Amino acid sequence: MSPTRGRGMDMVLETDRLGKRYGSTWALRECSLHLPAGRIAALVGPNGAGKSTLLHLAVGLLKPDAGTVRVFGRSPYDDTEGLADIGFVAQDTPLYRDFTAAELVIAGGKLNRRWDAALARQRLAQLGIPPDKPVGKLSGGQRAQVALALALAKQPRLLLLDEPVASLDPLARREFLQSLMGSVAESGTTVLLSSHLLADLERVCDYLIVLSAAQVQLTGAVDDLVAEHRQLVGPRHDGGAIGGVAAVVRASHTDRQSTLLVRTDGPITDPAWTIREVSLEDVVLAYLADGTTQTSHSEWGVPA
Amino acid sequence: MIEFVLDSRSKVNTYMQLVQQVKQALRVGLLTPGDQLPKVRDVAQSLAINPNTVLKAYRELEIEGLVGGRPGVGTFVQRTLAGASLPNQAELRDDLVAWLHRAQTAGLTAEDVIALVETTLRATLTDDAPQKEPA
Repeated sequence: MSPTRGRGMDMVLETDRLGKRYGSTWALRECSLHLPAGRIAALVGPNGAGKSTLLHLAVGLLKPDAGTVRVFGRSPYDDTEGLADIGFVAQDTPLYRDFTAAELVIAGGKLNRRWDAALARQRLAQLGIPPDKPVGKLSGGQRAQVALALALAKQPRLLLLDEPVASLDPLARREFLQSLMGSVAESGTTVLLSSHLLADLERVCDYLIVLSAAQVQLTGAVDDLVAEHRQLVGPRHDGGAIGGVAAVVRASHTDRQSTLLVRTDGPITDPAWTIREVSLEDVVLAYLADGTTQTSHSEWGVPA
Repeated sequence: MIEFVLDSRSKVNTYMQLVQQVKQALRVGLLTPGDQLPKVRDVAQSLAINPNTVLKAYRELEIEGLVGGRPGVGTFVQRTLAGASLPNQAELRDDLVAWLHRAQTAGLTAEDVIALVETTLRATLTDDAPQKEPA
């Protein structure tokens, strides 16, 4: 077990068969997961996988069409009291662009029950954000920092960030993650941040939720997930059981060789297989590719 | 105070890299008992890494008895890994430099020297087998 800053296994966010439908299309379906306190979790998946929908359900901006979502044990939809514990930064950090950062800090104080304006000012000063310039005129990186500082001024116990770094250049991205990690180390806030970029998150997150095609493909503590997956290379595999393998996540074959990414449930002793440890990125890519590998050769009129 | 650096191309995971850097600093005498390790918050922020990773590294060092946490104050070095040999190293190093100059004059390249050192080291240490290096 990896140490956490939270109090043991308290659950911050729990969903049970949660679903949300737009018209006849399910944006999220049969979504069951939980997020323990003190974690920094990555919500990973391709665009359109349902990441934003899940975050909007968690912050109570959307009403579930199926199942339940609970944050600190409460249903977030139409619950203004519970909202005080949740910080949310939506995609592209929408702020009132004509307001200055200083004005936004004041406005936040009037709109929120709990508000640490001094903390926000100190953080913005440290980052060199001009207080008197409309935030619409700041750089994307600075605007993201303002949005983060405002979200943290609420002193939330859960911070939800929707694609916080997607539109930032590499330097601004690093600076954003630096302030996020520094602040979270101090406050112990549980974080759930969505991204379609995995590389940034590998060192930041210790918990993972992989969404694809509106469904949860994989969820758990990063250390555990990495530890229980392996890549096997060996003679062509016919699909029979392999000792120690709970499931084959992804397989590719040549006429005589098979490469498998597997979830293990014990030691793999068959000497025919060469066993390699995998990175978090290997695991995520295998689960994302799973089910979407049916390429459209016939549609393109080319041989498979 | 030391500053952590991460090797992004290393296969060693992040928490282990932190552990190894502290041990290395203890070995060469860069950290000595009483010294404070960087605060978790500062490490998390400067490296943009999960604070839980830093905590995990510090806990591992604590379990090994190398450091101790004082709640609300920080984490401090309790034990050193620098062997009693540390003061003798300067003299040995001078001998080694002189020897390396002789090797160079004799026409040995850097690779030749490394190969010679490695084979000799293996042969010599096998001869004196049960002799164990102090931890």
